Amino acid sequence: MQPDSHAAQQQAFEAALWQQDPPAGLRAPVMAEVAQRFAVYRNNVQHSLTRALAARFAVVEQLVGPTFFTAMARVHIAQDPPQSPVLLGWGATFADFLDGFAPVAHLPFLGDVARLEYARGRAYHAADAAPVAADALAVADPATLRLGLHPSVQLFTSPHPALQIWQAHQTGATRRPLRAGPDHALIGRAPDFSIVTAPLDQDTYTVLRALAAGDRLGDATTHADPTAALTLLLRHGLITTIDTGVSP
Amino acid sequence: MPALPRTTGLGFKPQHFTDMMATDTIGFIEVHAENYMGDGGAPHAMLAALHDRHALSIHGVGLSIGSAGGLDHDHLARLRKLIDRYQPESFSEHLAWSSHGAAWLNDLLPLPYTPETLATICAHVDQVQDTLGRRMLLENPATYVTFASSTLSETDFLTELVQRTGCGLLLDINNVFVSATNHRFDARAYLADFPLFAVGEIHLAGHDTEDLPSGPLLIDSHGAPVADPVWALYTQVLARTGPLPTLIEWDTDVPDFATLLAEAARANAILHAAEGQQTDAA
Repeated sequence: MQPDSHAAQQQAFEAALWQQDPPAGLRAPVMAEVAQRFAVYRNNVQHSLTRALAARFAVVEQLVGPTFFTAMARVHIAQDPPQSPVLLGWGATFADFLDGFAPVAHLPFLGDVARLEYARGRAYHAADAAPVAADALAVADPATLRLGLHPSVQLFTSPHPALQIWQAHQTGATRRPLRAGPDHALIGRAPDFSIVTAPLDQDTYTVLRALAAGDRLGDATTHADPTAALTLLLRHGLITTIDTGVSP
Repeated sequence: MPALPRTTGLGFKPQHFTDMMATDTIGFIEVHAENYMGDGGAPHAMLAALHDRHALSIHGVGLSIGSAGGLDHDHLARLRKLIDRYQPESFSEHLAWSSHGAAWLNDLLPLPYTPETLATICAHVDQVQDTLGRRMLLENPATYVTFASSTLSETDFLTELVQRTGCGLLLDINNVFVSATNHRFDARAYLADFPLFAVGEIHLAGHDTEDLPSGPLLIDSHGAPVADPVWALYTQVLARTGPLPTLIEWDTDVPDFATLLAEAARANAILHAAEGQQTDAA
């Protein structure tokens, strides 16, 4: 690469975005002000990426406060910047980052709150699929029935009361005492595009895990009653295909 | 292929979906391509419904057309898919770069204007137009620094780009005013040199002001009403071109819909007054 080539200039410009001094070769009407002008780009990069994270992880930002969030985001952005211009997919590693970030070690649930928020964002952008009719299960034999769930369906579990903490930070939430974890939830997108975040008891979570993994209904419900799980899926339009296990 | 109407459009924000569906007073909507690159859900449902009612401009912020290292083929494929799906009346991108190597920097970064960068960007524009099977518009940037290595003026660079590739231009008049103020040149002289014949769309937006010891540094924030000097430049441009599709761009601290409609009405009045003027723009 030639030292004054376009590629070399861009490499120097990018490197300077993460450092103190502007790159060589910039001009301004008053040369002493080049650094302040270059700082606009550095601020734009930091600010726009921080806001993209904050939009995705709004409750994490509430929990640590915007000033701390901005400082924490700066560390994450430097370690793991986005690789794609499609920022709606960015943030997949933020929860793992929080799990290992020593300054938030006193908030052991924070990573799971981030996982919940990321899962909700994935549900928002997941592929479309039409739900089956509510009475479509009536004729099927549970011993052979397999359900296809909507692409937005994700099952959330945390040893911490992460779902309750997330719920307490929603607009209009009523104050109630936290129960100890674990917390479980069904996340998905209803046909009206609202994002479902439904709390689950242990049994319903277990049934849904098995159904989502493709188990036959009869196998998934060996140890638990499937009524709650099926009611929840049907109410939110999250069953999109039915395989009766019988050849047509 | 149908073109954008020579009236005023608004950038679409999801909170204005119901208002956008109900209004008859805007000529088109514009969206950022990258916000519609998810698989499904509300964004696509809203965009499909809006495009049934309004002409559509897809405005990319992710192509990094000024990258020395070449275009991102995956991103170009995503753009092709989006454009094939929605058949927008216009597709535009920026004269800027946002990635060099792996990291996505999420800002429109400036370019030196040299024979080398001109050749690179011409090749990229050719590649985009060939892949998408359509003419694209390229937007003039708002900048805060210039480069010692530049040997061409921005207007000569854009004129040459248009001649070599056949692309059109998106003239952002706020960007002209921001750059002119920041680099202490005359915006009217810049516009006198600008290849107006190639302009397919105009952007109007607001900016913020910082104070440097030597004078103001304007920041292209898209978070305020269009400034009076920008309205004045817009009027002067339309006197030369006649009416052109004009977007009110407001992306941060987005106000209520009525405020956006008031900005659009102001642009419409100027567009209306320019009817019957010489139309030498594409």
